[in-house]
Amino acid sequence: MNAALFLSAILFVIGAAGVVVRRNAIILFMCVELMLNAANLAFVALSPRAGIDGQVIVFFVIAVAAAEAAVGLAIIISVFRHAESVDIRNFSLLRW
Amino acid sequence: MLTQILFYFFAGIAIVSALMTISRRNPVASALWLVSTFFALAAIYTLLGAFFIGIIQILVYAGAIMILFLFVIMLLNLGNDYEPDFRSSVWKATAAGSSLVLLALLARMIAGPATPNQTASVDLAAAQVEQYGAVGAIGVPMFLEYVVPLQVTGLLLLVAVVGAVVLAKRKI
Amino acid sequence: MVLILALQEAAHAAPEAHAAFEPTLPGLIVLLPLIGFIINGIAALVAARAATRLRALTHGHAAHEAHGHASHDHAHAVATHTHVEEAHDAHTHDSHAVAAHQHDASEQGHDAHDHDAHPAGHAEEPVPTGWTHTLPSLVAPGVMALAFIIALLNFFGMAGAELHEPVVRSYWSWLPVGDLQVDAALQLDQLSMLMTLIITGVGLLIHLFSVGYMSHDPGYPRYMAYLNLFVFFMLVLVLGASFPLMFVGWEGVGLCSYLLIGFWFREKANADAGKKAFIVNRIGDFGFLVAMMMMFVHFGSLNYVEVFERAPELAFGGAVVTAICLFLFVGAAGKSAQLPLYVWLPDAMAGPTPVSALIHAATMVTAGVYLVVRSSTLFAMAPTASLVVAIVGAATALFAATIGLKQWDIKKVLAYSTVSQLGFMFAAVGMGAYVAGVFHLMTHAFFKACLFLGSGAVIHAMHHALHATHSHADAQDMRNMGGLRRYLPVTFITMGIATLAIAGVPPFAGFFSKDEIIGAAWIGSAGELPLSQGSLLGVSGATWMGIIAVMLSIAALMTAFYMGRLMLYTFFGPNRTGDEERRHLHEVGWTMTVPLIVLAVLSVLGGFLNIDSHIPVVSAFTPLAIGGELALHGWLHPIIEGAEHVWESNVTGVGEVHHAAWPIILAILIGLAGLALAWVILKPETLGPPERTPAYKGGLEKALYNKWYVDELYHTIVVRPVYFLSRAFYSVVDRGTIDALIDGVVGRGSMLLGMTAGRVQTGQVNTYAFVIIVGVIVVLGAFVAL
Repeated sequence: MNAALFLSAILFVIGAAGVVVRRNAIILFMCVELMLNAANLAFVALSPRAGIDGQVIVFFVIAVAAAEAAVGLAIIISVFRHAESVDIRNFSLLRW
Repeated sequence: MLTQILFYFFAGIAIVSALMTISRRNPVASALWLVSTFFALAAIYTLLGAFFIGIIQILVYAGAIMILFLFVIMLLNLGNDYEPDFRSSVWKATAAGSSLVLLALLARMIAGPATPNQTASVDLAAAQVEQYGAVGAIGVPMFLEYVVPLQVTGLLLLVAVVGAVVLAKRKI
Repeated sequence: MVLILALQEAAHAAPEAHAAFEPTLPGLIVLLPLIGFIINGIAALVAARAATRLRALTHGHAAHEAHGHASHDHAHAVATHTHVEEAHDAHTHDSHAVAAHQHDASEQGHDAHDHDAHPAGHAEEPVPTGWTHTLPSLVAPGVMALAFIIALLNFFGMAGAELHEPVVRSYWSWLPVGDLQVDAALQLDQLSMLMTLIITGVGLLIHLFSVGYMSHDPGYPRYMAYLNLFVFFMLVLVLGASFPLMFVGWEGVGLCSYLLIGFWFREKANADAGKKAFIVNRIGDFGFLVAMMMMFVHFGSLNYVEVFERAPELAFGGAVVTAICLFLFVGAAGKSAQLPLYVWLPDAMAGPTPVSALIHAATMVTAGVYLVVRSSTLFAMAPTASLVVAIVGAATALFAATIGLKQWDIKKVLAYSTVSQLGFMFAAVGMGAYVAGVFHLMTHAFFKACLFLGSGAVIHAMHHALHATHSHADAQDMRNMGGLRRYLPVTFITMGIATLAIAGVPPFAGFFSKDEIIGAAWIGSAGELPLSQGSLLGVSGATWMGIIAVMLSIAALMTAFYMGRLMLYTFFGPNRTGDEERRHLHEVGWTMTVPLIVLAVLSVLGGFLNIDSHIPVVSAFTPLAIGGELALHGWLHPIIEGAEHVWESNVTGVGEVHHAAWPIILAILIGLAGLALAWVILKPETLGPPERTPAYKGGLEKALYNKWYVDELYHTIVVRPVYFLSRAFYSVVDRGTIDALIDGVVGRGSMLLGMTAGRVQTGQVNTYAFVIIVGVIVVLGAFVAL
């Protein structure tokens, strides 16, 4: 279980680095999904200790992630229509 | 023993695939590497005894969400001329640095002195699986304790579908 | 004569009644002028409002601001004259109402002319009428008369009761602060009673004079209000039972002096003169305050009774009591225009002439002398400080007299004469001759007020004449006058009497008082005064007093000379006013001549209040002594008893007092010689109008005319550095440092900080994610560490 948690940590950190570094909105989204998966792995890894609830939560996380992906991609599409590009800098109107 | 070796094998695949995901220029490549990561994760789930979750991972994540991603990439015609879309090297260094720090902290938390002994003598989840079967182990709590979240999630999915359609239309 | 006999009777009859002295309404003496101030003040406010409205209506296009001076009334104004003016001579009912005002600028090169400088074409402000201008004429002299009567009642009561201890009437507890207990209390003793009589009596006469002089001025109610306020504060000063209460009066008269000097404040020179007076006074007040603080530290109280009881406990001639006395003298020097703080008094001539008479001749400037006499116990304890007072007084007397020799403005001559005579008074009290100082104070009040009022009458008449022909000449310059005795006979006679008094010609008042002072100096130089035993800078008191006697004698000679010069140029010789103007010269109204006559009579009789039959020549007048021999000395004896005890206990080796005859003969000769010299040397026929007569010939005369350049000196060594410091502080400290700090560091800094910190809001998700990661790191780090 320890090893699985370590793996979860590594994947999470990789995903975080990706979020910081990438400018493409879709790839950014994919890195977020990666982080979500890392969290799921952590839940699953702890379920022998904590009970079946860990896996139930993972189920819900997967469902919500799906919904979120759908909506997020729809937003990206509509922004793309306006800006002809999915560069994240187009999404940055809420700035100083 | 075998479990251990398989676990490390799939873990390596997962890590390499993740690194590839975040570092490809081509979004399609990036997506496919992510699929690979999901597959490896599914295998690991199965190895850890979460059979249902493992299957669901492949069905939903690799099979639905990533397909959605790929469809969107195709719709937006992003796979052709790839401009480098990384932020500056300062940011790369910052990301790398902070990631390592975060990793160190997490490792400390996982394996540190304050964390309780994780080699459990009793495997609670397995007990459930024994009793209800792989699917039932998830299903029974879901319809008993977690029925409200279940219904809410259903509603959420409905909303997401409608929302996605509305957001993506050219003219509302 | 009957008056003299009546007074003698009253004084001799008094010893029969030995009842305790019950003061009669003493608080009312002080309160009445305050009531007058309030009533006149209300009238002033109402009049000002009406005038503003009227001005807004009639002068909508005003190209000039209305000056505070009276304006010309034209023919129809005759019908609007108030009933007060009906008492004037018929001459004053000209087609032009009399513009009775006078002011003078500082002699810094420009004469601020009265508004004669305006061509007749401009519409002037009409003289207001109505109750706001008639009421003050009744209220102001009325309250003064009432106050004088009450003071007289108290005086006779006090005389009858043969008072030995002061009577303190406490009204309420004013400053109960820790160990300090100061009450709002009035102290009635011989000295305060005498001062009160002078203030209310001479004040009453001057108020009456002002009615005639100022009633045509648009600011008349304000003037009367300020005059009443001044009298109120002066009474608080002399009747207060403690130093803080005296200080209240001290400051208050300084304030009123400022208000009255700058009465015609729309002319900048007048306002500047007012400021100068107040600021120089303030320098003296600092000394007064330090002295009060020292007194509190060492005596634990500031009430007269307690302070003078405990004063002899200090070391005789020690540092503490010397310091206290010196600081008190600084205050007195500021208020009473001694070197080096006298510069405000000549400039103060910018105010109306009755103000000069009241404040700068008879009352306010005598506050310093009063202070020293009141603190006689303290000054007796500090012979060094007393000698300083005497020397400074004598030096001032001489210095100011020299300047008076070459002034052409009639009021300036009188101003320097006042400074000089005050020097005499301080020399007297410095030498320990306290009674002589007060005696001179009293007689000086009489003849100087008479001189000032007389000059006011002259100026008033000159103004009237010059206005009639719209001439722009200066009505105060003696070169424009001459031969006025034919036109102003009453003024001439009264001023003549006052001149003889100030010159020291017997039997007039000045002779007795001034020569008592000079005589005391000669006695002291022979080692026969307690202060002769003192020493200053290694020189013995006797030697100093010899020097003082010589200085005072020279000053007396100069006094007689310049007063003779004044009379000569003004009243004798051919008239230089101009043929056209001469037809309009005439004597002034009764409200102005009556006070002159009364004061002239007092100048004659005043000297008989302190006849000392030990002095040769003076003893010849003993039968005329009012109240018996040395009446004033006897009256004031309880006041100076404290000082006498101090001398008895601490000073030894004082010789027997011998009154020689030669000082008196010398003094008479000096007085007569001064007048004779003026008559012989100065030829009024050679004078012409100011344009043709140079103010001075030669270097010495130039220095005298320019007042020894003292004002310029102060400007260079005091005013310029202060300006420089002020500008330096402004630009370096205020703008350079503080503003730079606040604007630069705080203001600019927060702006920069904000702008820099604002850069965090890039709008890019990556950055926000990074920030979250950092936050997570921090939290986890905290967990791990703890």
